[in-house]
Order: sequence, then C-alpha cells, then structure tokens
Amino acid sequence: MSTVTYPPGGAVVAPHEPTWRVRWRLTRKALRESWAMFRENPVGLVGLGIIVFYAILGALHPILMRTIWDEATYDPVTGFDRNIITHPSPPSWIQDEEIIIVDPGLQQWWTHLLGTDPLGRDILSQLMYSTSSEFGLGIGAALVTVFIATTTGAIAAYYGGIADTIIMRLADVLLMLPFIPILIVLSALFDFQLIHLAIVLGILSGLGGTNITIKAQALTLKVKAYVDAARVAGGSDWHIIFVHLVPNLLPLAFLYMMINVTNAIFSEAVLSFFGLLNIRISWGIMISTTQAAGYLLTGWEYWYLMFPAGLSISLLCSAFYLVGRALDEVINPRLRKR
Amino acid sequence: MRKYILTRVGQIIITLLIFQVLMFLLLNQMPGDVTNRMFSNPKIPPEVRERTRVALGLDDPPLVQFGRWMRNFYTGDLGISFSEYPRPVTEILIERIPRTLVLFMAATIVQFVVGFHAGRVLAWQRGGVYEYGTTITGVVLFTIFTPWFGLIMLFIFAVQLGWLPLGSFITPELWSDIQLPGLAENFSKANYIFNRLIVSATIALVLWVALLLATRRLSAYQRRRFLALGTLIVIAGLVAYWILTGFSPLATDIIRHMALPVLVLTLVGFGGTMLTMRTTMLDTLREDYIQTARAKGLPENVVRDRHAARNALLPVFTGLIIGLPFVISGGIITERIFSWPGMGTTLLTATLAEDIPLVMGTFSFIGVLALLAHLVADITYAFLDPRIRYG
Repeated sequence: MSTVTYPPGGAVVAPHEPTWRVRWRLTRKALRESWAMFRENPVGLVGLGIIVFYAILGALHPILMRTIWDEATYDPVTGFDRNIITHPSPPSWIQDEEIIIVDPGLQQWWTHLLGTDPLGRDILSQLMYSTSSEFGLGIGAALVTVFIATTTGAIAAYYGGIADTIIMRLADVLLMLPFIPILIVLSALFDFQLIHLAIVLGILSGLGGTNITIKAQALTLKVKAYVDAARVAGGSDWHIIFVHLVPNLLPLAFLYMMINVTNAIFSEAVLSFFGLLNIRISWGIMISTTQAAGYLLTGWEYWYLMFPAGLSISLLCSAFYLVGRALDEVINPRLRKR
Repeated sequence: MRKYILTRVGQIIITLLIFQVLMFLLLNQMPGDVTNRMFSNPKIPPEVRERTRVALGLDDPPLVQFGRWMRNFYTGDLGISFSEYPRPVTEILIERIPRTLVLFMAATIVQFVVGFHAGRVLAWQRGGVYEYGTTITGVVLFTIFTPWFGLIMLFIFAVQLGWLPLGSFITPELWSDIQLPGLAENFSKANYIFNRLIVSATIALVLWVALLLATRRLSAYQRRRFLALGTLIVIAGLVAYWILTGFSPLATDIIRHMALPVLVLTLVGFGGTMLTMRTTMLDTLREDYIQTARAKGLPENVVRDRHAARNALLPVFTGLIIGLPFVISGGIITERIFSWPGMGTTLLTATLAEDIPLVMGTFSFIGVLALLAHLVADITYAFLDPRIRYG
C-alpha cells in the first residue's frame, strides 16, 4: 500500500502560482483571442485607426504648445496671429494673393496647416485642443453609463420582483424620450459644463435602454452553476452580484460603451453648436463660430472653415460606431463567422 | 390584440405621469423663481416680491403646487410666454405644432418606405462595389453630424445651385400682395394656406391608401395598371384643386421651403433603416421556407417580395419604433438649421431667451409627441405581427 503524500500546507492540489497570476494569464489569453477575431474585420480596424489618429492629435496638442507653438498666436481661444491682417486666412501652404501678410519671412508653409478662423485663431490648434475634451467626455459618459447599466441590470436580473419592475419600467420611460430636447431644457435651467453633461448622459442612457440588454445577459448568467456554487458556499447577494455577475457582464458592457461614446460626442457637438454649453472650445463651437461669422454659405473657398470640425465629429462618431459593430461580432456568438 | 393595445395605452399613460412628475421636479429645482425675473428692478421693495410670491402660490407646499400645475396643464393653461409677451404659451404651440408634425411624419414615412425597399433590393446584390458603396453610404448617413450635414445641403441646394430657398417658412414678398379674407399678416395667411395644404394632402393620401387596399385582390398585372392610373388621378386632382383655388404659388412656396428640411431628416433616418433592412433580409434568406419557395420554381422577385421581405419587415419596424426619439431629436436640429418655425426652433429660441413657460410648454409637447408616436407605432406593430393579432 502506498501512502498519499500531502504537500506542505495540507491542500490536496497545491497551487503552483498565486491566483492573481492565473487570472492575469487567462485574461491575457482571452484578450489575445478577441484581438485575433477583431483583426479579421477590416471595418473595425478602420474605426480603430481613426480613433488612434485622433488620440494622437489630442495628445500632441499640449506638447506642441510647450515647444514650437507660442501661446499668443496658437492658443485655441485667445490666440491671434498678428502677422496676417486678413482673417480668416487659408492654410499657409496655399498661395493666395488676397491675403495680406506683414512679414512674409515669418509665414512658412507649416505656420497654419489648416488656416485661421474669422477671429484669427489657428484652426488646427482648436481642432487638436478640442479632441482631448471630446475623448474625455465620451469616455466619461460611457463609464458612467456602463457602471449604472451593469449594476442596475445585474440587480434587476438577480432579485427580480419589485426591483426588476421598477428598473425596467423606468428604462421604458427613458427609452421613449428624445435626449436632445431633455439636454436643451437642462442646459436652459442649469449651468452646464462638460462633466455635468457626461453624468447626465451616463444616467440617461445607463438607466434607459442599455440596462435592458445587460439584464437579459445577466438572466442567462444567473442560472449558471458557478452562481449556485457561490450561493451554496455562503456568498451574500452583493458578493454574487459584484464578484460573479458584473465581471461577466463587462464584455457586453464594453460594446455598449462604444455606442455611448458616439452618442455623447454627438450630443456635445449639437449642444455646443447651439451655444448651450459653458465650455472654452469644441468642434461644435467651431462650426457655430463659422456660421455666426457668415462664412459657411459663401463658397468653396472657405472649405477650411467648413470641413475640419464637421468632418472630425462625423469621423470620430462613425469610428466608435464601427468599432462597436466589429466588437459586436467578437462578443455576440450569433454573428461570429466561425 | 385588444388586451395588448389596452396594456400599451395604460403604460403610456403611466409614462406620461412619470414624465410630468420629472418635469415638475426639474422646474422646482431651478434656482430662483418667476418673481426674480418680474422684480429685477432694485427699486421695488422686497415686501412686494414676497406678496407676489404668496399671491402666485409659490409658497405653497410642492404637492399643492404640483396638483395645480397638473390641473392647469390638462385645462390647456400653460402660462404666458416671456419672450413673446403677452401671448399665451398654448396659442403659440397651437400655431406651430402642425409644422413640426408635418415635418416629422413626412420624414418618418418617407424614410421608412424608401429604406425598406432599398434594403430589400440591396440584400439581393451581394458583394462587389455595389454592396460596399451602399453600406458605406448607410453608415455615413447614420453617423454624420446632423447640423453639419444640414448646412452642407443648404450650401449645395440653396447657395450653389439656387434651386431652393435658404430656410424659414415663407418668402414674404410673395405673400404681401395676396389678399385673404380676414387675415392681415403674412404669417396668419401662411398658417391658413398651410392648414389647407395639410387637409388636402391628407385627403389625397387617404384616397391613395384606399386604392391600394381596394386593388389587393387583383392580379399583379391589372393591379399595376390600376395603381398607376389611380395615383395619376389623385395627384392630378390635388394639383387641379390648388390651381382652381388660385393659391397655388403660395402652396408651392411653402412646399419649396419644406423640401430641404424633409430631405435632410429623411436621409438621416434612411441610413439606419436601410442597414437594418439589409441585415434582416440576409438573415431571412437563410431560412428553409426561402429555399422551399425557390425549389418550387417561383421567380426571384416573388421570393424576395412575398416570402423574404414580409418576414423581414417586423424587425425593421421595431427598429423604427426604437429610433423614434432620435428622429424627434434630429427634427429639432433640422428645424434650427433651416429656421423652420416649428417646435424645435421654438424650444431653442425660448431656451436662449430663458423663456421658461414656453420652454416647458414646448418640452411637454415634444414628450407627448414622443409617447403618442410610440403608441401609434406599437398599435401598427400589433396589426403587422400575426402573433399579437391572433394571440
């Protein structure tokens, strides 16, 4: 008869590596597989490319301001180029006789890559400065949405009954109401800044719409064996919701984050285009300035006032939408190709 | 089906109540009250302001105020506008509601019908430039920044080509010379003509739908002939009516002003409908009954229209219902871009003028519109879905 030798510590199976490292390895493996699936979809890659491009633009702005751009000329709000007398001026790599320049030696091809706006401010600088606040707003709103949606969705699915009814009926109400008028009224009654907008958007879409889908997913998780195991082991309701349900809802929540970023950027642009937000500069304000100065409907020669901001909003919105669609194919097993 | 509709009506009423409670809370949470505005002059002693506050009932407990507010709302008393003093809010709303409704309904119906048919045809064209082109167009229309798109359309069609006017509701020069009994101002004339336009267009539409229903049992060949003839007669009748009344230049003027907002709103919604229709059609085409229909030897267009498209209709319609709030949001943006004097423009100008009674009136109308549109869409859905119709 052989004797069973127990490893020191008394456990039958000795974990050779700590739990966190196992988890980390599994996460990395899952991420690698998801990335391989995501990479097959050209649409998602195009979207990701656009997002990375704008992220680099946004990150470059403070560096450029510290190094080669002086603040008096290139500040996105208070800057003014004294070297040019006629504003708005087209991009400096275009030769234009109508533009009067004080000292032609100072005007290089790279001075104003996208020209200046009617108030003499550099358009590229405005565009880059706004990028980081767009990202901040979009990601902030998306995080609030995902936090609220996963929590309420998991609670509704886990408890059922009255909690479920209240959360779902509230979602039905919010789903039926258009966002833009609500935001217009809110900004009329209160002083609205980006952070408020992010929170309000997060609450509106977290409690309405997003949590319905999350709840449907949570219902399928609730009946899994590991939830029963956790309950038998004596896990409390909150433990089960936050340790077992919410982490497994995160991939789906991540997908909805992308869609919510699109919504947030769009809403911000609309509101600041209407002049309802209390912020320094944004793409919406840039279009609004151009329109208010009367240059928007005058002709193709002012393309540099008309296109950069509007195109940026459309591109970034569609980029997040495309990434969302591509992620949908990775996360949603029904749409997978293999 | 009656049970389903009754449940939905009940839900909508509860939703409306919740909406109004939320709106009242918003109004109550606003810093200051109406007397701040009435007595901004520092020479007025604070006692007067206190007395007015009591007289207006602003010192009552919130529940009493809420009850009074609800009673006033349902008796049609929404207060008096600040910026257009002394016009009551209800009067302003009654003047502008038809304009928004027409814009909203025209865009919704056109985008749904066109998107449905385009998606149906596109699902048949797999691969190649065609598919990529339409998918890209759909995504672009779906995600483009609406105000910018509106401005570009304005630039192309009104400035460069000069086909259509630059926005607003009427061209005043055309209207000043024409006399209408009892109506002095251009805008009241415009309202009169616009309302007649709505009524005549609705009658024509009802006649056309009746024709569509009446010819349902005919064979395809006969039906096409009857439909073409009937459509021609209805349109000719409409045109003849307007020429006979002598107001046809005025009617054309309003229609010309309406064209661009409707086009923009339609295109913005169209992308989403088309993409959904295409994906649903592609899903439907994998079903067994499609293969059966093909195996029976039915022609491709019959398989497409009778077997696949009908079953793909329901998800697309669900998409339309979910998208209704977005169309309303888009409508507000579009109205603003084209200075179309409807509810969206009113909401924005009132917001910028801090005209709170008008803001709340407009906002509650938009909420009610969203809920009613939802209800109508739900009832239509119940008719379309046999599982609900017979369930």
